[in-house]
Amino acid sequence: MFSGTPLFPLQASTLAADVDALYFFILAVTASVAILVTVVVIYFSAKYSTRDPLEVGARIHGSIPLELAWSIIPFLVTIVIFVWSANVFFDLQRPPDQTLEIYATGKRWMWKFQHLDGQSEINELHVPAGRPVRVTFTSEDVLHSMFFPAFRTKADAIPGRYSTVWFTATAVGEHHLFCAEYCGTNHSGMVGKVIVMDPAAYESWLTGNVGGGSLAARGEQLFGDLACNTCHLREGPGPRGPSLTNKFGAAERLADGATVVVDEGYVRESILMPQAKLVAGYQPLMPTFQGLVSEENVMALVEYVKSLRVQTGAASRAQAPEEPASRTAPQENR
Amino acid sequence: MDTTMPAMAPRVTYLNHEHTVASWLLTKDHKRIGIMYLMVVTFAFFLGGLFATMIRLELATPAGDLVSSDTYNKMFTMHGVAMVFFVLIPAVPAILGNFVLPLMLGAKDVAFPKLNLLSWYIFVIGFLFTVYAMVSGGVDTGWTFYTPYSSRASNTNVVATGLGVFITGFSSILTGLNFMVTIHRMRAPGLTWFRLPLFVWAIYSTSLVQILGTPVIAITTLALAVERFLHFGIFDPALGGDPVLFQHMFWFYSHPAVYIMILPPMGAISEVIAAFSRKSIFGYSFVAFSSLAIAIFGFLVWAHHMFVSGISVYSALVFSFLTYAVAIPSAVKTFNWAATLYRGAIWLKAPMIWAISFLGLFLIGGLTGLFTAALGVDVHLHDTYFVVAHFHFIMVGGAIMGYFAGLHYWWPKMTGRMYSDIWAKVASIIVFVGFNLTFGPQFILGYLGMPRRYHVYPAEFQLLNVLSSAGASILAFGYILVGIYLVASLFYGEEAGDNPWHATGLEWTTQSPPLPHNFETQPIVTEDAYEYSRREIKVV
Repeated sequence: MFSGTPLFPLQASTLAADVDALYFFILAVTASVAILVTVVVIYFSAKYSTRDPLEVGARIHGSIPLELAWSIIPFLVTIVIFVWSANVFFDLQRPPDQTLEIYATGKRWMWKFQHLDGQSEINELHVPAGRPVRVTFTSEDVLHSMFFPAFRTKADAIPGRYSTVWFTATAVGEHHLFCAEYCGTNHSGMVGKVIVMDPAAYESWLTGNVGGGSLAARGEQLFGDLACNTCHLREGPGPRGPSLTNKFGAAERLADGATVVVDEGYVRESILMPQAKLVAGYQPLMPTFQGLVSEENVMALVEYVKSLRVQTGAASRAQAPEEPASRTAPQENR
Repeated sequence: MDTTMPAMAPRVTYLNHEHTVASWLLTKDHKRIGIMYLMVVTFAFFLGGLFATMIRLELATPAGDLVSSDTYNKMFTMHGVAMVFFVLIPAVPAILGNFVLPLMLGAKDVAFPKLNLLSWYIFVIGFLFTVYAMVSGGVDTGWTFYTPYSSRASNTNVVATGLGVFITGFSSILTGLNFMVTIHRMRAPGLTWFRLPLFVWAIYSTSLVQILGTPVIAITTLALAVERFLHFGIFDPALGGDPVLFQHMFWFYSHPAVYIMILPPMGAISEVIAAFSRKSIFGYSFVAFSSLAIAIFGFLVWAHHMFVSGISVYSALVFSFLTYAVAIPSAVKTFNWAATLYRGAIWLKAPMIWAISFLGLFLIGGLTGLFTAALGVDVHLHDTYFVVAHFHFIMVGGAIMGYFAGLHYWWPKMTGRMYSDIWAKVASIIVFVGFNLTFGPQFILGYLGMPRRYHVYPAEFQLLNVLSSAGASILAFGYILVGIYLVASLFYGEEAGDNPWHATGLEWTTQSPPLPHNFETQPIVTEDAYEYSRREIKVV
């Protein structure tokens, strides 16, 4: 009945071993301290125990050198842990430059993943082994948390903003996906699996599950349906709004003098709350699309904006959004 | 309680000088108020324990087969609410603090006796509100009340529970204020700050946190109620609010609240270890100032609960660093307690066994905090059973064990009766073993990735969950045993005498149970706390 009870989680990503190494280091430090103090307490309690209630102990009030020693040495040890753990944390938070992009939304009680080529799946995520994957996600209702124990990473899904997790899976197979932030009735049912495939199998999975056009193509469709393209012209600044071509990843000057780097979160915010960070030189004319566009469609629009890239001198339609090259997006270091 | 007094002339005590119900309900005597807190807190502990039992029963199997998911969610929420706000926060300050603080200071009562009674009534009203919320449908947000689930999605009694917490908070603030003024103004002649028992330093530090921290949780619950009822956008992004703001506000109180729960038991442990080692606490001033340091640093670490909640990488770095800083004074205390035992005359009576159990469990609780404070590891550990195990080691292994050590230590003073020493030792060991079996496997479960607050879990986690549930039943048995022999001591216990432990401290210089006004004459203090070595040393 209990055979196959694991005592330690599988290491299925490049960073899992780094996290585990730190974990074992802290374990070694804390276990040494725990054993030392326990032995001292038991030894003293036995050695100096008495049955005579009138006996008294030695007149010892303390020792400054000892106090300093057991303040400073633990502090130095915790500094080592702090620096090491900060390093691992930076690695967990900062994806490498070229990542496979996946979008996801959490809603009670399921995870929906959208691949750039249009495939979408629920509570399952197919990824290739050996390639960095970045999942950009939000929540449509309450807080959730996307947790991959085998990859040693998680991040809360927060309504109203984008979160990301990244990993490079190493172990082909199925691993748990959990919602780690309590979200109501069926919180413990908001689980799924991440299916790590070898790259060839992944490519054939992709081609075998083509949805209704790429995510960027769906975004382009929406861009027209919502009449975004009447103000945001493909080429050149319009009188009412800037062109979005080549905007993604660039720095934009705002009306209040600040600058902002155009990333997924900024594009999302500009669709739903256009007045929040208005671009310099434009009037606050754009209506809000809050409540009119689902988070999934916002992601399609974001992906469309990301795809609007032209090389200088090239024709504006040179890069069709359907091109599979758009699956890999350059990352600015955030 | 006083029916089996010996035939000789009955002594007047705080228990027998008046008998009517009104004499209890309208009392301004800090000792009676302490006993009244004991009643309510014990009931809340029973209630919280009942919810915990349901949780562990449900988790004995991977499927959700005992109760529905909604019921399960209410169980862990109400377990947390009952235990945090109505057991851990009041247990040591409101019960033991009320009873012994004025005695330790050589005072007749606290500085504001009427306010003290008012605090009890506010506490009871808050508790009744919460119990009403529980029986009239319950609440399912988790004790953390995270938005926007609590403000938008949950259709349970969020506001009534929040109101219960809101009301109870004022009791905490007023008690903290009362104790702080008492410590400043009511010390006996000669009882200078550095002659104070360390329990008083711990209570003083706790009062600081209660006064400064508790208003923030009041504001937070109020803001939550305003959003829920009036749809003001404070936390809900759909209304223009920020859900992470709630977490900042909630933890700005609730992390310092951890120190409200653990500092007073630490103070009780200092008393017990000094008394049963028959010597001064090693590094008195370091232990005293470490309480203050913990109270102050405790306000600067709240966002370590939020490393994966969308705070910036750099603020995570700052909060991780400060968390390590606050760990140092706790370590210093532990080392000093261990060093106190060196060349002591260690009398292994029941309170000391409870205190040594505390040391073992608090040690693990504190050290596992180094894992969760480590950013790179916490990303994995956050919201898993590792965290559940860690804070139970602090809250139950630390705070509740410390409370029991103190309760066993002062029980003869409070009741005038002695409980069975051997049963008390047996119970301590049962609780220690049961506790480790309950929460030890949860560390492994957490690192494996089992998230907390899961009604249903993958089958491969069952063995560890079964061990945990088995441990919980041993733990429950241990607590029931404590209840039995303590109650039995009231009827069958030997008379304790004024100072059964031959301990220093002004509380032991008056009779047991104490006089209604504590002391016949004003005590005068001429020496430091724990001056055992000045006593006549018995030559064998």
